[in-house]
Amino acid sequence: MSLLEMSALTKRFGGLLAVSNFDLNLDAGEIVGLIGPNGAGKTTVFHLIAGFHAPTSGEIRFKGGSIVGSKPHAICRLGLTRTFQIVQPFAGLSVIENVMVGAFNRERDAVAARRLAGEIVDFVGLGPRRDMPARSLTLSDRKRLEIARGLATRPEMLLLDEAMSGLNPTEIDEIIGLIRRIHARGVSLLIIEHVMQAIMALSHRLVVLHHGEKLAEGAPGEVARDRRVIEAYLGEGA
Amino acid sequence: MGAKVAAALAVAALVALPPLLPKYHLEVLISVLFWAYLGIAWNLLGGYAGQFSFGHAAFFGIGAYTSTLLLLQVGLTPWVGMILGGALAAAFGLFEGYLSFRYGLKGPYFSLVTLAFAEMLRVVGVNTKAVGSSLGLVVPSAKAAPAMFMFSGKLPYYYIILAMGALALALTWKIGRSRLGFSLAAVRENEDAAETAGVDALATKLRAMALSSFLTALGGTFYAQYFAYIDPTISFGPSVSIGALLPAIVGGAGMVLGPVLGSFVLTPLSELTRYALRGRAGADIMLYGAILMLVISFLPQGIVGLVRERRARAGQR
Repeated sequence: MSLLEMSALTKRFGGLLAVSNFDLNLDAGEIVGLIGPNGAGKTTVFHLIAGFHAPTSGEIRFKGGSIVGSKPHAICRLGLTRTFQIVQPFAGLSVIENVMVGAFNRERDAVAARRLAGEIVDFVGLGPRRDMPARSLTLSDRKRLEIARGLATRPEMLLLDEAMSGLNPTEIDEIIGLIRRIHARGVSLLIIEHVMQAIMALSHRLVVLHHGEKLAEGAPGEVARDRRVIEAYLGEGA
Repeated sequence: MGAKVAAALAVAALVALPPLLPKYHLEVLISVLFWAYLGIAWNLLGGYAGQFSFGHAAFFGIGAYTSTLLLLQVGLTPWVGMILGGALAAAFGLFEGYLSFRYGLKGPYFSLVTLAFAEMLRVVGVNTKAVGSSLGLVVPSAKAAPAMFMFSGKLPYYYIILAMGALALALTWKIGRSRLGFSLAAVRENEDAAETAGVDALATKLRAMALSSFLTALGGTFYAQYFAYIDPTISFGPSVSIGALLPAIVGGAGMVLGPVLGSFVLTPLSELTRYALRGRAGADIMLYGAILMLVISFLPQGIVGLVRERRARAGQR
């Protein structure tokens, strides 16, 4: 049994078919990269999995049970959560308080939640800034905070939506290292990313989405050489 | 350290001084604590959860009418009636909240819904003979009966509202540091992010609604017993709704002491403007409104927010 299974997943917004008949299985321990040109439907897939949109048709199963129709918080409690492409910190709260919100999923008591949150804050490298208000963080630190808040909910599977966009090469390397360490903790990951060197280095498997449909799937090296994938990115005749 | 000493002195003064105050000053002080109390109740929903109610009079009126009708019709002591009123108000709050939040009403739309519910109850009150219609209800107060929430003189009422305020503050303080407090803050800051962090946004907002409306209703019973008269316009009208939110906003929404500080500034201010402009109907409210606009434009985070900012800046230096 796969950890996460999507079958014939379809989402239609009015006349727009955002995701069409999409199948994907993820096993525990995998890192899968979800790539595709802008507007391919990647973020919509995340919205569907995390419970922000209901699919028009199709099925999503997590740990064997259907999560279609569940709200995001309920899916989070099952052990699956996401980050946002446009980071959404609780701006008025401090770094540690942001992470505590997530930690309260597993710890009822404030002292225990603060301890768990403290560990996670150190783990993502925000230790020195734990008492700073989230609104005063740099973009790179906000991305870490977004990941930390997700990790504090103790997920089995984490969906990362462009955790590296807008970062410089040094910061990107740091986030790649962080994602490896998250994986080493036993968290499975589904990653949307436009930073190709990162997604190629991290993913065990790549899935290419184009116009809402799965265009290719396989090992990163194979997919990168796939004629259809190159055309989708660069246009026909490339 | 300095803050703790100041707080201890303030509490000591609030407990020890009132018996020495002249009657008028005691009345103003009761008024200060009464609006602070309503502000504390409003703050749980409006400040902590960020759901800006413009119709807390609905809960206030339900509290006032429930305990008063039970007293007049079946002789039930308002001490019990106020709890029943609180429960009824909480149920009404949950109904109102569920309707609004279930359909994603936020910000000004939520405010309008709460205002509409309060106005609806006011109109029902005005047109219902069984609850005294617009003539209102007179609460018997001729002789003192502590078991029936009736006292001679103002002082006992002062200590009752002081105790109610202290309990409500303690509750707010405790919630602020608990799991619920963090959920409330998360929902206020960003609902989508709160949901992905495992916070049930709907349940969190409904909890805030129930607590806030319960506490507000207790304030309604206090009002009825203290002034010994209620009518639909007093109980369900917008002045109570505004009076509940102003101290919290001016003092600092979402901060424990915000409504208390707000009321200590606003209530005497409103008394002063009324006194200074006596005889010119409405002029005091205009002046009061102008002062409010200044406060809100220069202190968007309220008084507590200003103090915190000063301290943070001093700390950076």
